[in-house]
Amino acid sequence: MPGKLKVKIVAGRHLPVMDRASDLTDAFVEVKFGNTTFKTDVYLKSLNPQWNSEWFKFEVDDEDLQDEPLQITVLDHDTYSANDAIGKVYIDIDPLLYSEAATVISGWFPIYDTIHGIRGEINVIVKVDLFNDLNRFRQSSCGVKFFCTTSIPKCYRAVIIHGFVEELVVNEDPEYQWIDRIRTPRASNEARQRLISLMSGELQRKIGLKVLEMRGNAVVGYLQCFDLEGESGLVVRAIGTACTLDKLSSPAAFLPACNSPSKEMKEIPFNEDPNPNTHSSGPSTPLKNQTYSFSPSKSYSRQSSSSDTDLSLTPKTGMGSGSAGKEGGPFKALLRQQTQSALEQREFPFFTLTAFPPGFLVHVGGVVSARSVKLLDRIHNPAFVGIMGNTRSYKLLDWNSFNADEPETRDAWWAEIRQEIKSHAKALGCHAVVGYSESTSICEEVCILSASGTAAVLNPRFLQDGTVEGCLEQRLEENLPVGCGFCHIPYDELNMPFPAHLTYCYNCRKQKVPDVLFTTIDLPTDAAVVGKGCLIQARLCRLKKKAQAEANATAISNLLPFMEYEVHTQLMNKLKLKGMNALFGLRIQITVGENMLMGLASATGVYLAALPTPGGIQIAGKTPNDGSYEQHISHMQKKINDTIAKNKELYEINPPEISEEVIGSPIPEPRQRSRLLRSQSESSDEVIELDLSHGKKDAFVLEIDDTDAMEDVHSLLTDVPPPSGFYSCNTEIMPGINNWTSEIQMFTSVRVIRLSSLNLTNQALNKNFNDLCENLLKSLYFKLRSMIPCCLCHVNFTVSLPEDELIQVTVTAVAITFDKNQALQTIKTHVEKSLQRASTDNEELLQFPLELCSDSLPPHPFPPAKEHLESASSNSGIPAAQRATSVDYSSFADRCSSWIELIKLKAQTIRRGSIKTTVTVEKASPVAEGNFRNRSAPPCANSTVGVVKMTPLSFIPGAKITKYLGIINMFFIRETTSLREEGGVSGFLHAFIAEVFAMVRAHVAALGGNAVVSYIMKQCVFMENPNKNQAQCLINVSGDAVVFVRESDLEVISTQQPTANCQPLCTGGEVTT
Amino acid sequence: MTNELDIFVGNTTLIDEDVYRLWLDGYSVSDAVARRVRSGILEQTGATAAVLQSDTMDHYRTFHMLERLLHAPPKLLHQLIFQIPPSRQALLIERYYAFDEAFVREVLGKKLSKGTKKDLDDISTKTGITLKSCRRQFDNFKRVFKVVEEMRGSLVDNIQQHFLLSDRLSRDYAAIVFFANNRFETGKKKLQYLSFGDFAFCAELMIQNWTLGAVGEAPTNPDSQVDDMDVDLDKEFLQDLKELKVLVADKDLLDLHKSLVCTALRGKLSVFSEMEANFKNLSRGLVNVAAKLIHNKDVRDLFVDLIEKFVEPCRSDHWPLNDVRLFLNQYSASVHSLDGFRHQTLWDRYMGTLRGCLLRLYHD
Repeated sequence: MPGKLKVKIVAGRHLPVMDRASDLTDAFVEVKFGNTTFKTDVYLKSLNPQWNSEWFKFEVDDEDLQDEPLQITVLDHDTYSANDAIGKVYIDIDPLLYSEAATVISGWFPIYDTIHGIRGEINVIVKVDLFNDLNRFRQSSCGVKFFCTTSIPKCYRAVIIHGFVEELVVNEDPEYQWIDRIRTPRASNEARQRLISLMSGELQRKIGLKVLEMRGNAVVGYLQCFDLEGESGLVVRAIGTACTLDKLSSPAAFLPACNSPSKEMKEIPFNEDPNPNTHSSGPSTPLKNQTYSFSPSKSYSRQSSSSDTDLSLTPKTGMGSGSAGKEGGPFKALLRQQTQSALEQREFPFFTLTAFPPGFLVHVGGVVSARSVKLLDRIHNPAFVGIMGNTRSYKLLDWNSFNADEPETRDAWWAEIRQEIKSHAKALGCHAVVGYSESTSICEEVCILSASGTAAVLNPRFLQDGTVEGCLEQRLEENLPVGCGFCHIPYDELNMPFPAHLTYCYNCRKQKVPDVLFTTIDLPTDAAVVGKGCLIQARLCRLKKKAQAEANATAISNLLPFMEYEVHTQLMNKLKLKGMNALFGLRIQITVGENMLMGLASATGVYLAALPTPGGIQIAGKTPNDGSYEQHISHMQKKINDTIAKNKELYEINPPEISEEVIGSPIPEPRQRSRLLRSQSESSDEVIELDLSHGKKDAFVLEIDDTDAMEDVHSLLTDVPPPSGFYSCNTEIMPGINNWTSEIQMFTSVRVIRLSSLNLTNQALNKNFNDLCENLLKSLYFKLRSMIPCCLCHVNFTVSLPEDELIQVTVTAVAITFDKNQALQTIKTHVEKSLQRASTDNEELLQFPLELCSDSLPPHPFPPAKEHLESASSNSGIPAAQRATSVDYSSFADRCSSWIELIKLKAQTIRRGSIKTTVTVEKASPVAEGNFRNRSAPPCANSTVGVVKMTPLSFIPGAKITKYLGIINMFFIRETTSLREEGGVSGFLHAFIAEVFAMVRAHVAALGGNAVVSYIMKQCVFMENPNKNQAQCLINVSGDAVVFVRESDLEVISTQQPTANCQPLCTGGEVTT
Repeated sequence: MTNELDIFVGNTTLIDEDVYRLWLDGYSVSDAVARRVRSGILEQTGATAAVLQSDTMDHYRTFHMLERLLHAPPKLLHQLIFQIPPSRQALLIERYYAFDEAFVREVLGKKLSKGTKKDLDDISTKTGITLKSCRRQFDNFKRVFKVVEEMRGSLVDNIQQHFLLSDRLSRDYAAIVFFANNRFETGKKKLQYLSFGDFAFCAELMIQNWTLGAVGEAPTNPDSQVDDMDVDLDKEFLQDLKELKVLVADKDLLDLHKSLVCTALRGKLSVFSEMEANFKNLSRGLVNVAAKLIHNKDVRDLFVDLIEKFVEPCRSDHWPLNDVRLFLNQYSASVHSLDGFRHQTLWDRYMGTLRGCLLRLYHD
């Protein structure tokens, strides 16, 4: 009996008229928790009832406290017939269960009905008295904190990062139960909402238990998803990173630590050339390892599903660590050993974090991903359904007793995929995967499971408790190069898992780096970056024949590799077109529909100072004899070159350059050094193989041999840059902008297009999809034009295919304004500085003068001989891509390697840049001004509603988060049978999304918060039937409720308690506690 | 490829003032898009017509959803669905309740009933204001009227409190409600030269002096609810006005009044002889208007009568405004020197307001 839940119903307002005769309502409230229900008195004839009820007390297990939501139903009393429901409020009381979070939930909640939407508001107060019971066999995990934020929350310190936690729960979907045929849509929707609420509660509790087992106290980067598998059930699954967090006690103590990035970055010192690091060097390349497995759900044998699984586990591991020991010297070996032992205890060394404490991330290998196509199977179990429908419907059933295979099946599927990911990471010489995420796409009975992450080498310091000796730790820190260390390859260059072109790091010149780097994480705050970043998207559609079951799954499996390949090529092309060399926050989504597959990859392109300058794009025609054709080609080539030049200007990519004559000298030096190392470690010297000093840059070649290829080139050029004053990225922080002002606008935009079904070709489809995304972006820029200069951050696109000819794209992002003047200043000083820096670097370290060469892009034709030498199979590589559909995928792995070879590029000139996009100029006035504006608003809001900010980012510009109040995880269903009357599909969905925002804000306000950070709309499933005038939509959102204080306020009232300062919540003066 | 669905929802609701104006003016989405294109916004922003169409649709949808709340502005402040900064809320309300001069002149003093609503088609054609906008304005009048009609206390305050309008707009609405309640005729041809402002000015004077609420500090019957109102004229006062008839009925009194005025104004008026010749007519006109006000029909015709009996005769003799002022001042003041006249307070309550009104109404 460890908890007492107390609820008081205070009042209602703006209730709908339920009695047409009197134009009034006789409302009362039912309060239900678990099996217990209380009722208030009926408040007669009022649309603004004042119940002012007694405290309703529920005495419950903490297990129930975690699983169950508090359910409040507002009804209209009717003497003669059944009482009519006005609507419901579900309150997740989880935030009241941890000590540091909210202590009371009190405020106005929108009363929600799945058919009518929001119908008035109700004022409720909820409290929990928890009794400690320490010596019981625990089933509950009260006290474990959950965060959606994928970094260490701002007012905490990570003591230990334990690692991956996952869990999934399966149940039958109420929508597909037999009883659904006889009950009302409202009852069915409510059953679904309640079930999902229960399931997420249970899931969270189970994950909490795992965390306690690991001796952690929190889950960071918690991501919970639903798979609506239709008739085969409902899966709720979650992943996260278990941590032990320490609250930074006094506000003063965390002042520097929990800054918004603008300040954080400021504090990071300019990158001084680090000491030579002794451990083995190695570049990393954006390798994507892919696996495609297809197995009908009934076969439980773990198939060795991919053709390149043999990269995995044993051989490479042995080699990886072996070579490390050989080259890296004892120090590196020790590091590796320790990390390995720390990580090997874990089944999956995965981390859902995308940003890390300084020093955590040592090296990044590249993106690893795995996909698998599965068949969902219907389960026939009438007995089970009967029970669900009747007595125990409020409580989750233990699925295992009915169908023992089911959760195991799902678990096995995911375990298989995770194993793949793990082996891919090993192949990259990495022992861990960061920025890890999982997703599914379901169409009818086919399901694609995907997982991706970034292979990385981590610092063991955070992974274990006190096992690392102090001296090692210190040395490590000293030796880690700042700003470029993570770019250095983690794998052994002699046994590279894939062919890649390596150069010495342009920043420290000590280690090897790859030519291009793809990752799923955020840009590390200390990374040295040139210019600004930008959003890069690859979009792709592939038609597929309609098929049933296994044939369908096979068809999809066959298509996947080619989609991945093309998406990758597009990304690479666009990255080069932007003149950049690294992608962060890469997210590739493959969506399956009845008759097509869609691929959408989003990432933020960046120019990393440590990586070589990307080469240009070279166009080659197949029929060189034709004059006009030739002309056309050269015209295209010119256009491409112009675009690259324009982009470089636009994104301010102007790394200091070193002319060709100079390169001769710097390279031999480090090489000698590395040779020295090698000879020490008795390694065979094959360094020469990597011919770094050749002066030619191999451009990226696009062969135009048919119209398809032509289309590809055209589509490359159709991407319009955002209008001036706008920037966009899908990461947390926009590289190159750091003077954010406090105005933010989070938004969701949804578009659905109907394809004309006639003669759909891949090309037409691609164009439609491309236009859809581009137009959507254009609309966003137009709508937000009043915020210029501003940046769209965390732009998150989701594609779904609700029907045959429909494509739905959902975008959630936040627009943040920044100070243009300051930005300009910064750039100027910054460029000056960098130039200065570059020259001093050169003078001091390289002992030769700096020369700037202005012509950056002399297009050199790709030497054919070189091509031969490098990739003998490249000839087959390109056609393979274009004959995509006809190729058997089993041979894909081979081709894969060939295209990677193909897309390699080589720098013509060795450029050296150590520009950091940090600002040291502090300008307080605009921020203060912004705050003033903001603060002046609430006073007149005396009677109005307090402002609650929402953002997908983990921070609020110009403000400090002082308290995390708990996780917000809400699931809503809305249905209508009067679609036309509600303004059609757009009117319906517009109203629904606005309502969802309102309900999130109300819950946050009731917890005492004034913002939601790391907000994400995980699902937005929209179905319509215009003929029947019906539509239904499901939305799932989550985020962290927080209290923030404006930085300017903090300065003013720094002596006062900061929390006393932030009370923008006027949740009703009449509330009594 | 067609957009089946296209929405944008911000955590803070985006309000585009220009689009709001177009919506209020009753333009359809396509008309609004056309107007926006003509405004040159495409050139300024580099957007396409499709973008503009989508943007306009979005805003129209938002306004449509907000309209329900704008019908009861305090709801807009308390609702949770749209997060709108207070300054924007005020703008939304103020603009929604703003009206067109041309429209208000058409319906001022008319009964705000279904019948009048049917005439909105004609008003729309006549004024060039879209029917949609006419409906909104008419419904606003009616809504405000319904809410404050039966309310006690200051009319302006009530309107301000229940509709959160600015002081200026609240006063205008008070005039509209007052006119609608008393059904003053404003549509006659000879009244056409008068602006809404002229009527609103008169309405304010009448509310201040001629209604029950005007008695203010010393209400005759403190317990009565109905009486403490700004919308109805003080019946007792109107009844009493009959007593003023003696000023023209009693020949001696009339002569004395005339001689007092003429003595005082001799040499001061450019139209002295005309005034002298017309004095009895004018005085009779003004006093008879007062005496008849007990009948509803004559209350309605108040402005017609004032124009016919006073404004027009003076205008035909080309009285300058200043002479009218001097005359009216003297005309009102001289009554105090009439020994046989006992209704000095009544006279002041009547004439004080009337003088203000007449001066405002006296223009071309």
